[in-house]
Amino acid sequence: MSNTVRAESAHALDTGVGDAVVEVTGICKTYGDVEALRNVDLGFERGKLTTLLGPSGCGKTTLLKIIAGLVPATAGQVRVNGRVVTGPGPERAFVFQDFALMPWATVMRNVAFGLELRGVGQAERRRVAQRYIDEVGLSGFEEKYPHELSGGMKQRVGIARAFAVNADVLLLDEPFSAVDEQNRRKFQEDLLRLVALQNKTFLFVTHSIEEAVYVSDRIVLLSPRPGRVSRIIDPKIDRSTTPDEIRRDPGYLDTVEEIWHGLRHYAE
Amino acid sequence: MTSYTKTGEAGGVHRALDDLLRGMGRVFDRVPALWSVASLAVLCTAWQIAGLVPISFAFPTFTDTFAAFLQMLFDGSLVYAFFITLQPLVLGVAISATLGVGLGVLMGLSPKAEWFFAPVFIVLQAAPMAALVPLVTFVYGIGLTAKTLAVIMLALPVIALNSYKAVRHVNPSLVAMCRSFQGTRMQRVFKIIIPDASPVIFAGLRLGVAAGYIGVMLAELLITPTGIGDLITYHRSVADYAHMYAAVASIIVLSMLTLVALQRIETRYLRPERRSA
Repeated sequence: MSNTVRAESAHALDTGVGDAVVEVTGICKTYGDVEALRNVDLGFERGKLTTLLGPSGCGKTTLLKIIAGLVPATAGQVRVNGRVVTGPGPERAFVFQDFALMPWATVMRNVAFGLELRGVGQAERRRVAQRYIDEVGLSGFEEKYPHELSGGMKQRVGIARAFAVNADVLLLDEPFSAVDEQNRRKFQEDLLRLVALQNKTFLFVTHSIEEAVYVSDRIVLLSPRPGRVSRIIDPKIDRSTTPDEIRRDPGYLDTVEEIWHGLRHYAE
Repeated sequence: MTSYTKTGEAGGVHRALDDLLRGMGRVFDRVPALWSVASLAVLCTAWQIAGLVPISFAFPTFTDTFAAFLQMLFDGSLVYAFFITLQPLVLGVAISATLGVGLGVLMGLSPKAEWFFAPVFIVLQAAPMAALVPLVTFVYGIGLTAKTLAVIMLALPVIALNSYKAVRHVNPSLVAMCRSFQGTRMQRVFKIIIPDASPVIFAGLRLGVAAGYIGVMLAELLITPTGIGDLITYHRSVADYAHMYAAVASIIVLSMLTLVALQRIETRYLRPERRSA
């Protein structure tokens, strides 16, 4: 087992180096006695949406936070655009699982917050924020406070805030897990539209196989504790058709099935 | 409603009463402040009845107390008493608020400050302060300093400890958010931590102000009778209970008004989203 894992992990490194914006080499992370990640090598391609998928406790969120510079790695290195990551940087923006919106600030101020921290002037800040508020479909809610919004709308604010700082790499930590099922589907469709529109690199963490297959150009399967790269899957799905057709596409269904077979022995 | 129509005279009265209650209910729903007025009216009525019974010869009626209050208000004795009482109170609360919030936030942010200051405040909060007031008199005499210190001793620990806990319980996700957008340490403190902690900090301030009132009354009753404490002590000694109760009630009302004002300030300036909530 360990041999195949190592082999596939090396394979991951090979396939990743093409046009990698984010390069992860030899990342290890331990919390006290608990080994969360072991020797992870990965490359994330520019303009693509790559998903980190795995059972809970596989360290996928930890890996994303290491890439974000929010959590220090125990060993290894993360490079973004060739530069070693030592902390958060302007070329990366994070979307939080629990939205992380300031309850005392309006939608407008929340979306513009990244710019506010950078010292961008009020008028410019509002102009940029307005553009992304419109883009995520929140026009008319600019002066609302987060508690007046639904879970789905709150995460739209979180996404607009990440877009507003114009980062190359967007890191999304289970962004739709706190959103109800109907909204989640709508969201996944919107995300695909935004990926196509924005030409940015997306790193997406989820524990939902369907979600991963539906939105991803590439899926990285992580094994549970300690987290290692167990497989890399490139779903071959024609995304030019309607969302409903994609969800009925044999390629989509086969990939979901394939991943489930790979993961089911962890479920016990 | 319709079931009452056939029951004749008694039903008519019943229905009229029912309509009246419904009408009142609708008015009350439209103006929620009426509930507070009603609550006060019930309290004052109960007071009046208790005074009329009387439950004790030393318990005046509400109307007598109110008359005594007006009398003291117009002869200037109440105004002068408040002028005296408010000096150590305002001074003490201002010092406690500044120092308490400052040190509390510092303790929440820095483990070193936490180790240095937290034990002092925890001991101070646990100590029965009334027992320490005579000690303050012993050291600082009976002047303004001793009374201000009494206020600070009661108000400071609760303000400092609340601010400290508030900062400690700031939503970690918001702090991570600020870091991820490259906020500086100062931005993190002033744009995230303090606003997020402000409800608990203000809860501490309200408790601190209430404690400050206790402190100043203790000082005026234990150290030397001045201000409102003097009015209470004097009228008790001459068995003029209506005036004594009026003095007690006036300080309670002032304390309550201060707390309401603090809450208004908080929602107005720090947490605008709570205005609509």
